[in-house]
Amino acid sequence: MSFLSVDNINVFYNEFQALFGVSMTVEKGETVAIIGSNGAGKSTLMRTIAGGLIPSQGSIRYDGADTAENSAFEMNRLGVALVPEGRKIFPSLSVEENLKIGGYSNRAGQWTLEKVYELFPILKERRNNGGTDLSGGQQQMVAIGRALMSNPDLILMDEVSLGLAPIIVNEIYTVVRQIAQTGTTVILVEQDVNRGLKEADRFYCLLEGKVSLAGNPADVTQDQISKAYFGL
Amino acid sequence: MQWINTLVQGILLGGLYALYGTGLSLIFGVMRIVNLAHGDFIMLGAFMSLLVTSMLGLPPLISIAIVVPVMFLLGFLLQRGILNQTIGKGLMPPLVITFGLSIIVQNVLQMGFSADSQGLDAGALETASIPINDQISIGIMPLITFIVAVAVLAGLQLFFNRTKVGQAFRATSDDPETAELMGINSRQIYALAMGISFAIVALAGILLGIRTNFAPTDGPARLIFAFEAVIIGGLGSLWGTLAGGIILGLSQNIGAQINPTWFQLAGHIVTLIVLAVRPTGLFARTRDS
Ligand SMILES: Nc1ncnc2c1ncn2[C@@H]1O[C@H](COP(=O)(O)OP(=O)(O)O)[C@@H](O)[C@H]1O
Ligand SMILES: [Mg+2]
Repeated sequence: MSFLSVDNINVFYNEFQALFGVSMTVEKGETVAIIGSNGAGKSTLMRTIAGGLIPSQGSIRYDGADTAENSAFEMNRLGVALVPEGRKIFPSLSVEENLKIGGYSNRAGQWTLEKVYELFPILKERRNNGGTDLSGGQQQMVAIGRALMSNPDLILMDEVSLGLAPIIVNEIYTVVRQIAQTGTTVILVEQDVNRGLKEADRFYCLLEGKVSLAGNPADVTQDQISKAYFGL
Repeated sequence: MQWINTLVQGILLGGLYALYGTGLSLIFGVMRIVNLAHGDFIMLGAFMSLLVTSMLGLPPLISIAIVVPVMFLLGFLLQRGILNQTIGKGLMPPLVITFGLSIIVQNVLQMGFSADSQGLDAGALETASIPINDQISIGIMPLITFIVAVAVLAGLQLFFNRTKVGQAFRATSDDPETAELMGINSRQIYALAMGISFAIVALAGILLGIRTNFAPTDGPARLIFAFEAVIIGGLGSLWGTLAGGIILGLSQNIGAQINPTWFQLAGHIVTLIVLAVRPTGLFARTRDS
């Protein structure tokens, strides 16, 4: 039994269907990338795994439990943390309060405020700033640190490199690798296909709400990926 | 001297209006609901105190120890059981439901207590005052009300800034979906918010009932004052609500000083001027205060 298995889910926004029979599995400790063009349904899949959306059909099993119907706050308590697309820092909370609220579920584990500050020393300097007064890269660090504060077993990262300078992206991914090395299971969404494939053990490519290709980055050709990505 | 007296009374009256406004502003701030029955719940608090004092023979101020927790629970259950069903369904459903509640509360109070005006009997406390000089004296009840208002606001500020649940309130107010991702059950937060609003409203109702006579249908007028304090002070600003209440109280007393029938009118006019000049209120917060 996989750590996470998504089986044949359909997800709707009211009348609009965003996911069509999507299935995926993730093993404990793996880093899995989800790639796909804009609007393919990557964020929808992440939000659904995190409990923010309920699939109308299909099942989700996480750590041995049926979680398709769970709300987001329940999934957080079970050890699933989402770093949402666009960071979604709380504007009326300071940097430190944003991090602390990430630990609202009181899950035990290696991550504490001090550990997060060791990972991102700049955040300690800016801890009394408003959460949204920081640069884009620093806000992304807050978003990642906030997710770590819940001591997740599964961390979902949605486009953590979006809009950041290449040097900052490298910095962020160094941290992502560190997080994966501690044994945390990682699912990351990347628009930068090469980056996604480089960082992941396995990948899924979404196209118009369906899985168009999945596998090991080493086993697929550039051509196969182009086809799966653009649907040509 | 008469004028100084007018100003002092106006400022103290602002404490009562701040209590009216705080619960309203809290509910709107956390869940974007306008509670049209807010004023009627103030009256419910006053009548509950009347019931407790007449049944148990307690002084009204002591009845706070019973009425405030009961009202907290009532607010919590109202949100949990009814209003949470309307979350995410737009502005209209909660407006319709709270409008209906307003009528229900008024009718229930009329059935239980008749339509007559009643008062809470606090004995000598009702009229006691501290003389400052020949013309100025400060009423004990207005002073107590003002101090209670300041204490409630300071308590709320500590709660929001220093406690984990208070920070969860702010996060939920910013962005409920992302707050849920942090493990926060927003429905629980909403229920707590309504409970706190009811507790404050109960305090306001009891203090009001000691100061003046009240009737089951007084709620809507109280709701207007609550709105005015919040509009003048600016939504989302705790101390702005106190400032708004004080400005409202001052306007009314100054208006009444010029012409006794201008009491309410002066408050409405000042509110309209603020709305026209600064629609966000004088002390609206852009960031956490
Ligand atoms: N909140 C929403 N309401 C309605 N439609 C949405 C919403 N979010 C996303 N969609 C639609 O669902 C589809 C998938 O979106 P999304 O999962 O955000 O794609 P991706 O993350 O791959 O860019 C898109 O067509 C998008 O327009
Ligand atoms: Mg997306």
